[in-house]
Amino acid sequence: MAVMNLISAINHTLDLELGRDESVVVFGEDVGLEGGVFRATVGLQKKYGEKRVFDTPLAESAIVGTAVGMAINGLRPVAEIQFSGFIYPAYNQIISHVARMRNRTRGRYNLPMVIRMPHGGGIKALEHHSESLDTLLGHIPGLKVVTPSTPYDAKGLLLAAIRDPDPVIFLEPSKIYRAFRQEVPEEDYTIPIGKAKILKEGTDVTVVSWGAYIHEVLKAEQFLAEEGISAEVIDLRTISPIDRETVIASVKKTGRFVVVHEAAKSFGPGAELIALVNEGAFLHLEAPPTRIAGFDVTIPIPRGEHHYFLDAPRMAHDIKKVANY
Amino acid sequence: MLIEQYGPLHGNMFQIMDEEGKILQPDLVPEISDQKWLELYKVMVRTRCADDNALKLQRQGRMLTYAPNTGQEAAQVGSAAAMADQDWLVPAFRELGAWLLRGVDLEKVYLYWYGNEFGSQFPEDVRVLPIAVPIASQLQHAVGIAMASRIKGEKDVTVAYVGDGGTSTGDFNEALNFAGVFNAPVVFIIQNNQYAISVARQKQTRAETLVQKAVAAGIPGILADGNDLMAMYAATKEAAERARSGGGPTLIEAYTYRLGAHTTSDDPTKYREDEEVERWQSKDPMKRMKAYLINKGIWSEEEDSSLSEQYGAEALEVFRKVEASGETKLEDIFRYHFQETPGHLTEQYEEYVQYLKEVE
Repeated sequence: MAVMNLISAINHTLDLELGRDESVVVFGEDVGLEGGVFRATVGLQKKYGEKRVFDTPLAESAIVGTAVGMAINGLRPVAEIQFSGFIYPAYNQIISHVARMRNRTRGRYNLPMVIRMPHGGGIKALEHHSESLDTLLGHIPGLKVVTPSTPYDAKGLLLAAIRDPDPVIFLEPSKIYRAFRQEVPEEDYTIPIGKAKILKEGTDVTVVSWGAYIHEVLKAEQFLAEEGISAEVIDLRTISPIDRETVIASVKKTGRFVVVHEAAKSFGPGAELIALVNEGAFLHLEAPPTRIAGFDVTIPIPRGEHHYFLDAPRMAHDIKKVANY
Repeated sequence: MLIEQYGPLHGNMFQIMDEEGKILQPDLVPEISDQKWLELYKVMVRTRCADDNALKLQRQGRMLTYAPNTGQEAAQVGSAAAMADQDWLVPAFRELGAWLLRGVDLEKVYLYWYGNEFGSQFPEDVRVLPIAVPIASQLQHAVGIAMASRIKGEKDVTVAYVGDGGTSTGDFNEALNFAGVFNAPVVFIIQNNQYAISVARQKQTRAETLVQKAVAAGIPGILADGNDLMAMYAATKEAAERARSGGGPTLIEAYTYRLGAHTTSDDPTKYREDEEVERWQSKDPMKRMKAYLINKGIWSEEEDSSLSEQYGAEALEVFRKVEASGETKLEDIFRYHFQETPGHLTEQYEEYVQYLKEVE
């Protein structure tokens, strides 16, 4: 079994799928010759040729829009948007066509396509390089939105996304691209889209998070354990559709719910999760379901980003309040 | 090659036939039989009859918003007629002649405008995309389809449509640029009907012609009389064959005029003079093609009237079917978002069904 970090797991997965299925094509800005600004596609053009792994002109709308056409005409495009904050010019294509083509044509044209992008912040980057789009993408009917938190999950979820008959947005937490390494099997495996994973079982409070934050939540869980609080930690893995069963079953057990996310608090994914908990486990609740989330501010550029991003002590502090409510 | 003589910077408009149906350039008449021209003309007649019928029904309150094609039939039918069987057609929303020619049932078209998504569910062998309302966004799908043909080593060509207003968008320029870079086998047809709703062509761009936009993308272009069926056929044929043989994309500006309203919600008398409309009525593409066929001795006024009558009756008949069965079923609004409908959607559907039972 090979040891990989998240970015090398993505590279390995694309390699595997390009080799297995000749309808898969990989493209985007700097994706071909250079292998991507984060090196997600390094070596792939050399191995599979310029026809299947290629650089595009600098135009996000056309990257997504041509992917729509390719998917209609029998390919399985895997398009890269260089940073999630650059996706706005492509938002029209995503919301108007990617998400709607199957429904608009009553099944005549489905779009087996993936849009990958580095997502989230905490990497001391320029403005527009730290965006959290959970809500902007998760709110669109017709889209699946996935985000892995480990190299193992990145492979299984990305294979599932590429093989899905419908479009999948694949958000890659750039903060943890190289944060740690993990054993990843060489062989083929998929992780079902729409299924959360319980990372740590607990009895006192359910804590749901995803992406890079999961690792801070796991640290927070240890602080809490030292104080005798048993947190159940769930990695949502799929932002849309949400695995309601896993979340609600957990809340029914613990009676308390906290959701932790990078995106701004108001109208965020936490609001959706709390609504689901209220609908599904209301009579089991012993404390108000709570969001620990980004401020409703524009994400600060590097010298201020530490004010915005949550760390384990702050998460633990707020989770404790819910646990002791 | 036509593009050498009528390219973007020449300022000449390609015409084969004049407004009276007289052949101006006999050596450029495409080598297809007069019977075939008659067939194409019949599609133009069918298009206009379907339009007239839809407008009538809309005024009766039976049809919803409808975008008429009147005056643009040659631009649509001439270009689509140059396509090969397996080629892809990517419409904007005002290409009825092209759809009918490419095998889309009028029933589907009416069903679409009637307000039902099944109007965009074409059969597997009809390679036509649905109407794209967000202006020019469809051009990128066309380029993607064409890129895929090239990647797969297939010879299919994609023909895509946009209006004059669409040429001002980023998507239009991105599409031309991508098509050039990837040598995509795609033919872009601008139906320049002189107005984007109320905004006149002169207010869209300071460029002298729209086809000039091909120059910056490094692709060939041609300005053609969009009301000349033969010119539209010849220009598109040359572009499609170039694309098929690896020569890449072409931009065609079909210079035409929308004789009717933008849609049934629009009143064009607010933004243009009757005199201008009358001037263009004399350039009607139907009129000149009919004159040509009558001169050839293969068509007559009597046959023409009876064909219009027949197509008018057909259109009404088709609409009656749509009217009788065009309502959307509740389950259909849920069923087609994903191959497998996720639990929350099923639940929303079931809750509503339950409600309906309770209030019954």
